[in-house]
Amino acid sequence: FRFPSPIGHISTCPSLIGQCCKTHPGSFQEELVIRPLHSGDIYASFQFRTLWDTDFLQEGQKVSHYRLFPKSLGQVLSKFSVRELHISFTQGFWRTMQWGQPFIPSPPGAELWVWFHDTVSDVDGNWKELTNVLSGIFCASLNFIDLTNTVQPSASFKPLGLGNATDHRFLRYATLPREIVCTENLTPWKKLLPCGSKAGLAVLMKSEKLFHSSFHSQAVHIRPICQQCSSKAWELRQTLNVVFDLHTSGQGKKEWSLFKMFSRTLTEACPLASSSKVYVDITDNPEGELFELSPATPLLGQAVVLGDRRTYSVYDLSRAETFGQLRSFNLLLRWKGDSGDMLRPLLHAERYVAGFGLQTGEIHTVIYNNHPYRAFPVLLMDSVPWYLQLYIHTLTVTSKSRDNKPSYIHYQPAKDRHRPHLLEMLIQLPPHSMTEVTVQFERALLKWTEYTPDPNHGFYVGSSVVSALVPSMVAMRTNFTQDQPLFSSFVPVKEESSYFVRVYTEPLLVNLPTPDFSMPYNVICLTCTVVAVGYGSFYNLLTRTFQVDEPSPPLSKRLANLIRRMRGVPLLT
Amino acid sequence: MDGTLFRSVNKFFIIAFCLDIKSYKSFMHRPDSFFLATKMAAPLTLLLIVAVTIRAVLFRSSLAELISARVEVVSPLNAWKRVVEGLALLDLGVSPYSGDVFHETPLMIYLFHFTVDYAEIVFIVTDGITALALYLSIQTYNKDVFRKQKYALESDRYSADCLELLRSPKEMFYIPLKVAMFYLLNPFTILSCVAKSTCGLNNAIIALFIFCTLKGSALLSGILLALATYQSIYPLTLFAPALLFFLQRLYIPVNLRRSSFWFFTLQYAFMYVGSLVVITGLSFFLLGSWDFIPSVYGFIFSVPDLTPNIGLFWYFFAEMFEHFRLFFSCVFQINVFFYTIPLSIKLKEHPVFLIFMQIAIISIFKSYPTVGDVALYMAFLPAWSHLYRFLRNIFLVSCVLLACSALFPVLWHLWIYAGSANSNFYYAITLLFNFGQILLVADYFYAYLRREHHLTHGLYLKKKDGTEATLVLK
Repeated sequence: FRFPSPIGHISTCPSLIGQCCKTHPGSFQEELVIRPLHSGDIYASFQFRTLWDTDFLQEGQKVSHYRLFPKSLGQVLSKFSVRELHISFTQGFWRTMQWGQPFIPSPPGAELWVWFHDTVSDVDGNWKELTNVLSGIFCASLNFIDLTNTVQPSASFKPLGLGNATDHRFLRYATLPREIVCTENLTPWKKLLPCGSKAGLAVLMKSEKLFHSSFHSQAVHIRPICQQCSSKAWELRQTLNVVFDLHTSGQGKKEWSLFKMFSRTLTEACPLASSSKVYVDITDNPEGELFELSPATPLLGQAVVLGDRRTYSVYDLSRAETFGQLRSFNLLLRWKGDSGDMLRPLLHAERYVAGFGLQTGEIHTVIYNNHPYRAFPVLLMDSVPWYLQLYIHTLTVTSKSRDNKPSYIHYQPAKDRHRPHLLEMLIQLPPHSMTEVTVQFERALLKWTEYTPDPNHGFYVGSSVVSALVPSMVAMRTNFTQDQPLFSSFVPVKEESSYFVRVYTEPLLVNLPTPDFSMPYNVICLTCTVVAVGYGSFYNLLTRTFQVDEPSPPLSKRLANLIRRMRGVPLLT
Repeated sequence: MDGTLFRSVNKFFIIAFCLDIKSYKSFMHRPDSFFLATKMAAPLTLLLIVAVTIRAVLFRSSLAELISARVEVVSPLNAWKRVVEGLALLDLGVSPYSGDVFHETPLMIYLFHFTVDYAEIVFIVTDGITALALYLSIQTYNKDVFRKQKYALESDRYSADCLELLRSPKEMFYIPLKVAMFYLLNPFTILSCVAKSTCGLNNAIIALFIFCTLKGSALLSGILLALATYQSIYPLTLFAPALLFFLQRLYIPVNLRRSSFWFFTLQYAFMYVGSLVVITGLSFFLLGSWDFIPSVYGFIFSVPDLTPNIGLFWYFFAEMFEHFRLFFSCVFQINVFFYTIPLSIKLKEHPVFLIFMQIAIISIFKSYPTVGDVALYMAFLPAWSHLYRFLRNIFLVSCVLLACSALFPVLWHLWIYAGSANSNFYYAITLLFNFGQILLVADYFYAYLRREHHLTHGLYLKKKDGTEATLVLK
């Protein structure tokens, strides 16, 4: 027995491969940014970018040859006609007031938002399948995303890539605030990298260290971008942000090194990478008075990121001298003095639940504008599960103890067991102010099968999202160039005077009233008894009539009468 | 010897009674308005003033907010907070029925769209109208009862020894006032009004329906019944008593082979269904969509909201096994409508008592009951005060109902706020409360049937051996 010869395929294959590889080679970049934080913690942000000049979604073109781009994701993109996909898994909460803004923000738990191509007819069906597939790819509980926690934000989530579609029917957004991120999510994420965790920056990602941190977030962003605007290219950005705590991992000593943080050192760049760099933020340390960095580097870079001009020491891993004689690169950072005060982030938001008892409550969202003299608008988006019934007429927005009427409100009320509440507002934040948004809700009693395990722990409500164009201190660069570091080029900049920031608030943990889970049988029996008592007593009265109660003659008399009858004697009465 | 003496004494009493009837008759021949204006206007006005004052004071106090959040007083169907929410959604340009907060009918939105600022006055006036309608209905009904009693006496249909069961004008004189008082001063009604529960409006529609029925206006009765059905579906079962009442009033025997019976039945059904179609169509044109059908009636039937209330549904369906859910929701909903036919057969001579029974059954077994519903049927209790001697466990039942009413807020607090009790505590109280209500209604039903039995068979029944007999149901 022989398999049919694949001759025909072989003869066509080289030409395809040749075509693809000649014209669309794709490229891969990796970088690590280390920013010493004012709190003494240290923020490490990895970014890996894979570019591929091809179009998955073009009609009649079936892409089957993958080089740098992970095939598992490419197939998903083409199968579900995805235009843009953003997924993040986060453990811990980013503390904006202590750490400043992250390069790419993400809410605690899992977040997924996807723009589908406008040729998709059954968006909900595609979304359902996509979440299940991604759930398999990332080993996460994304399959718990269904219509009850999916929303279609009208303004908060615009496509970041090519195209300016604004029809939010093709957008789906969902968060799973309870999702716990751990090693099993990191491993598949690492496998998407061209070098895996074998070479390059990815060798540093040892889960034992990464998850022993204050904050851990890993994300995948896929979008079409425009390279020189002649052809569409797909960009896959994988980011991993981690904040190491001074006290837990530094053993109290203010001293950091790559080895201490990751228990590895770097030995080589990923051979497939066109650029591989490590940046250390030294903006607050121009003269070396705050910390000492070794080995020192002559390379300095500047980048405008999040409305601020930052200076970086740059280590290029593609150059052999970076690794020195030991053939190993271990960056050491020794603190000298106490760090000064951090500039307060211009935009900051927090959220909490007010009220007591299990009947009603009030969600308070507080948004701070710390800009001394500029007012700017923000978009607040809240997605609240259906079991908290929001009362939109109780919505109040106050700034500086004055009513601040939102100029735009998009509200979609929840449908029980089908759809969450979606509330989007455009609020103008006065300069140097605190704006408080409150809305009352009522807690529902659920069916006993609808409670999660450990129901008295409470139910999570996803973070609300504050998106804003914040006035920039320095002029932002609007033209996109290749040599820009990756961390400063994620969000496209439209104008010089402002930059885009997204702030996630804390997720909420809300308790709901619970039934007694141990007694469904008892309840069914008892309630049915009461109904049966009603039925029985009515039935009695309806079917029977009143009669005089005549006692039947006693047994002796009946026996005597029986005998008398046989004897033919008159009966007793 | 003994027998003749008894008979003569009896005759004397009956003559005396007839004299009494004559005086009452002459009294009744005066025009109603005059009657009202002279004898009863003052106490009724006083009652209304007291009722309005209590409500106005409570509206102005801090208790109003507390009361309007009580689950016993407001349900997802009729909470004022949800009416306001619906109006707010309408202002935002969102259909109130796109969410699951608003479950009022479209006519309600339009009513409150214009009167939202005067809501308190609307609710107070509504309660007044309900009380007045009940007052006039019971007055008419009493006249009817008295007339029938007279005919029965004249045609010797009553047994000779049931004189003490007969009703006298003196005893009946204050009953309408008592009914109005039972409605207006019932704490349940007051709470419901202060919470601005739209249940008060539904009660007013039902009370007006009863009034129009008893006054004999088939058209108005049909329209109001359609309106009540449109509001909350369940009053549909009041079609049977209303029909029976009109048939009785027009001396049409309930006989399926008679064309006159069918003629009138179809006529009344046409008025009812016609107005229902008109009202529903009007709602469609007001809103431009049929969204309100699933949102109002689907919500009533499928019971998706399990917020605790005083009814039997919430905990039962919270604890239900998923594969039995449909079956039991059908069983529980059919249960409400089920009693209509047997009750109509049993009580076909007594349509007003049948109305009372139906209202009571609806308020016990409906999916989202509130104390406002309970108050409506409780208002009728003074009308049956002559049944008092046959009630078997009225003391027990009143104690149960009073204790439960007091325990509702206590156990709610323990469960929801203090966290020292759980849902079973509150559930137990709702169970007991409903049990008490069922006993109450069944007891009145028993007493009514028993009185009817005594009227025809005599009050002091004897066994064959001449000893005093006990009546049993067989």
